[in-house]
Amino acid sequence: MSSFLLRGVRPLGGDPVDLLLADGRISEIGAGLSAPGAHVVDADGLVALPGLVDLHTHLREPGREDAETVETGTQAAALGGFTAVHAMANTSPVADTAGVVEQVWRLGQQYGHADVRPVGAVTVGIAGEQLAELGAMADCPAGVRVFSDDGHCVSDAVLMRRALEYVKAFDGVIAQHAQEPRLTEGAQMNEGEMSAVLGLGGWPAVAEEAIIARDCLLAAHVGSRLHVCHVSTAGSVELIRWAKGKGWDVTAEVTPHHLLLTDELVASYDPIYKVNPPLRTAADVEALRAGLADGTIDAVATDHAPHPDEAKDCEWAAAAMGMLGLQTALSVVQQVMVDTGLMSWADVADRMSTRPARIGRTDGHGRGLTVGSPANVTLVDPNTTWTVDPHALASKSHNTPYRRLTLPGTVYATFLRGNATVLDGKLA
Amino acid sequence: MKRHLLSAADLTRDDALLILDTGEELARLADRPIKKLPTLRGRTVVNLFYEDSTRTRTSFEAAAKRLSADVINFSAKGSSVSKGESLKDTALTLEAMGADAVVVRHQASGAPHRLANSGWIQGAVINAGDGTHEHPTQALLDAFTMRRRLGSFDGRRVTIVGDILHSRVARSNVRLLHTLGAQVTLVAPPTLLPVGVATWPCAVSYDLDAELPKSDVVMMLRVQHERMNAAFFPSAREYSRRYGLDGRRFAAMPEHAIVMHPGPMNRGMEITAEVADSPRSTIVEQVTNGVSVRMAVLYLLLSGSESAIGQIAQIGESE
Repeated sequence: MSSFLLRGVRPLGGDPVDLLLADGRISEIGAGLSAPGAHVVDADGLVALPGLVDLHTHLREPGREDAETVETGTQAAALGGFTAVHAMANTSPVADTAGVVEQVWRLGQQYGHADVRPVGAVTVGIAGEQLAELGAMADCPAGVRVFSDDGHCVSDAVLMRRALEYVKAFDGVIAQHAQEPRLTEGAQMNEGEMSAVLGLGGWPAVAEEAIIARDCLLAAHVGSRLHVCHVSTAGSVELIRWAKGKGWDVTAEVTPHHLLLTDELVASYDPIYKVNPPLRTAADVEALRAGLADGTIDAVATDHAPHPDEAKDCEWAAAAMGMLGLQTALSVVQQVMVDTGLMSWADVADRMSTRPARIGRTDGHGRGLTVGSPANVTLVDPNTTWTVDPHALASKSHNTPYRRLTLPGTVYATFLRGNATVLDGKLA
Repeated sequence: MKRHLLSAADLTRDDALLILDTGEELARLADRPIKKLPTLRGRTVVNLFYEDSTRTRTSFEAAAKRLSADVINFSAKGSSVSKGESLKDTALTLEAMGADAVVVRHQASGAPHRLANSGWIQGAVINAGDGTHEHPTQALLDAFTMRRRLGSFDGRRVTIVGDILHSRVARSNVRLLHTLGAQVTLVAPPTLLPVGVATWPCAVSYDLDAELPKSDVVMMLRVQHERMNAAFFPSAREYSRRYGLDGRRFAAMPEHAIVMHPGPMNRGMEITAEVADSPRSTIVEQVTNGVSVRMAVLYLLLSGSESAIGQIAQIGESE
């Protein structure tokens, strides 16, 4: 196994030191290290972060390999600085059996660009009617700990209660896509000023908040762990702050796009901005940033959702919901959280590595840059910018809302257990 | 004027008045034995209709033909991906046929924006009604009708009654009438008003009886019976009692006030027969005016110039 000597890196944005990665671990930290035979990386001034962990990735395989595969999706992940991704269950067939989650997990191992942690469906076929064999998925080699019907809400209160209770047996967590289905029939965009003018069906904030409030109360009642996916409204942040204040075991994630983009972009009727939950208002964006900064929101998760061109090259109502996110997440977070002074690089490490790894029980990840920790390390150059070209991304799909936008921060290198998956900004 | 007509918000006050004035000039043609102008000879206008709408389609067809354009009617069923051809592929087909203008009616809000802004076609795009978004030529013909009956817009009070939430006619009328200087009040049960309506340039009321005595124009919108199944209101009868325009309410309107309806009407639901058929109802007139206004829009977008009115006058004299 090769070793890497990273010269002059700034761990979590701190003072420059050398980092030696050997035998899959961070073996030494200090000034002026020497390591004969090690590959020396002149990393002067680059920020070193623990490898990023994404709690919410759609890799589309099996079933929609025209949009993304485990191979291309994990390449995008590595290039975005991620060392582990949680692959959502809404594939075809749905990841609701040990067989499917094990297949996805093995594909991740085979390509080796990033660890793939499959998310298991809560209900059979994500149909919201009957619990899937959660225990079988937990016990199989993929070791599933996160369960989600993402894309659909587990809206039945009894089913949600049972799921929350059941996964306690193997330290699992239910990651809820909070969307009250009746309140969002025909929903196309955030309900408010813009939807009134544009004549598009409204997706009201209350449809998200009502489910979050209910689920927090359920989780408290049965003493379970709840994770809330892609929180998008100011009200949701308040509810999660309230639940945490009660001492309940509730965690939440926010996507980069909900931290940057608003529903005013929908005025173009360009479905590149169509996503679920929808882009909200500037006031919501502000509340989400504040919630992430103060730790109410635990994690940034991409909700990377590849779609083929034809699913976006059409009228708004006919278009698919979702946008790419893996390769742009860290840059967006730098722009809206770090460069604005809301968060430090240590906070970024906490929200994009430590806490998501803890929520997902992602062994070997999010462990910090300390001697003896697994050598999952991301090097980012915060002083460079890049312009997003949809066709230059590793993803098979091109549906990025940031096309032609110039963003700060480039991922220089990503190391997975001491092996470079990305070096000099390119796949290694 | 902009190159496309996608929303009433695209029109400045001068644009709107130019269209109305041009429409007046063109309306005079209707009184002549030969109703046709050679203006758009050799130009192709495509009526691309994804929804059945005989009245709007034939109105645009008559308008284009009176300007001597070649008209292609393209009826498409369903929307993209799931059924049939995608909007993009249809647009590329029309472009290959050399469409100078595409008049589009679509069940998806914003479909005309996509046609106009995606680079699929080069010609002018005219929104003939998109989903629950806008129907700008309807608002123009309504304004045209109001001006003919009432003279001017300044300070005129227009009350629009009915299913505002799902109405593209209401959205376009609020924008255009505000631009033209009228005061608009929307009247509906709260369930049929969009969240966010408070930011529109108009007033909102739940009480029709309070608004009628101060209205110069009362515009009734079609309300579909099916809305009651989604709990927007309890029953058709209750809707009629609270928001229908009957003889008693008609009598509460000022004597000069007019009654409008974009059609098709639900007689007995939002409007009674005696009101619909009264001389102060402009419902049939609106249809006639629709052709003149759509001629003006096609004329200005396809051969448009500020001297349009002069040209028409000249042509009129030489015939």
